[in-house]
Amino acid sequence: MTYVTHADLGGQPGHGPVQPEDESIRFHADWERRALAVVLAMGATGSWNIDMSRAARETLPDYERLSYYQIWLAALEQLMVQRGQLAGDEIAAGRMLHAPAPVARVLHGQDVPRVLAQGSPTQRSAGPAPRFGVGERVRTREHAVPHHTRLPAYARGKVGTVERVHGNHVFADTHAQGLGEQPQPLYTVVFDGRELWGAEAATGLRVSIDAWEPYLAAA
Amino acid sequence: MGPVHAHEHNDDHHDPDHSELDATELRVRALQTVLAQKGYIDPAALDEIVETYEQRIGPRNGARVVAKAWSDPEFRAWLLRDATAAIASLGYTGRQGEHMVAVENTPQVHNMVVCTLCSCYPWPVLGLPPVWYKSAPYRSRAVRDPHGVLADFGVALPPGREIRVWDSTAEVRYLVLPERPTGTEGWDEERLAALVTRDSMIGTGLARQP
Repeated sequence: MTYVTHADLGGQPGHGPVQPEDESIRFHADWERRALAVVLAMGATGSWNIDMSRAARETLPDYERLSYYQIWLAALEQLMVQRGQLAGDEIAAGRMLHAPAPVARVLHGQDVPRVLAQGSPTQRSAGPAPRFGVGERVRTREHAVPHHTRLPAYARGKVGTVERVHGNHVFADTHAQGLGEQPQPLYTVVFDGRELWGAEAATGLRVSIDAWEPYLAAA
Repeated sequence: MGPVHAHEHNDDHHDPDHSELDATELRVRALQTVLAQKGYIDPAALDEIVETYEQRIGPRNGARVVAKAWSDPEFRAWLLRDATAAIASLGYTGRQGEHMVAVENTPQVHNMVVCTLCSCYPWPVLGLPPVWYKSAPYRSRAVRDPHGVLADFGVALPPGREIRVWDSTAEVRYLVLPERPTGTEGWDEERLAALVTRDSMIGTGLARQP
């Protein structure tokens, strides 16, 4: 079974310059406001977790062609269709045609401030004790995996140094696959620019990722 | 620094043409209607979410954190030691800021934050991420050519300054503590906060000079 992500962009050439924008701009169209709100409100029903959302987004075949909120919408529709909560003919009709599938909870207006201010912490007391300490050298996993993961391709098979230990966090890889939280130690691992990019690396460049322990081996 | 690469994709990646926008507009309306009819969403919650991120939660929150860190050495130390708690003490908590780390720019090192895999960003202090932060150009280049990215923002670092890029690949969210501009001695937090730009807290900019 293959898994193709279109979202792992770190280091890719050919995307052109960054186009800065004034910080007062929040949205570029009214539908973006509603897209944000619908995606957050549906997320709050507990029908899937954030890692499942990310997996749905990054595997969209037309990821590159869509704007970011369009990506969110397409993934939302896919997640709902997979769960029998929505059917394609209902979008076309613009109204409910099939009985609703139950959701665990509904986010009500008066609960929004509390729910947003609470967030969804991912640190857990459960899970293994960390194998690595600050200052230890580690090598990241070399091979690609056939599922959602958070080890970027540019940082595969690279040697870096553990800089911070963040405790145990919900493991994105299993969480995305519906295999549970399986909390794992999370580390900030820092790489010298030359380790990642060779001689072209800018002098004095260091890049870090946050990596769960299963991505790492002693180096 | 490499040459500017030819675009392989539509230059207006984030700005599709009008017919596509119209189609998306209609699709969102249809989706919203169906989900409300099915009882999955409360329209009042949608309004509240938009209101929150359009009016209440944005980069002025982060600017207040930075201004306080510039003014209060104890707060600065707390922020660098336990950013989640220090930021929460100012009332900024929650979604996409559950686990915060603050990283300090110094005369030796400049910090820049990216999420190469999606759009991870510290919402409680900076609000929603700008389009460019979520775009392929920024996500692809920030880790490889951060000086080139800075040039796109009109920023050049002094020679010899190290650059440290933080790729937000898990649920830790990063806030850059920019260098305090000189000539601001004795300024109160409100005046200082006005010098703190969103981009300076991502690391694609510097604080404004007074």
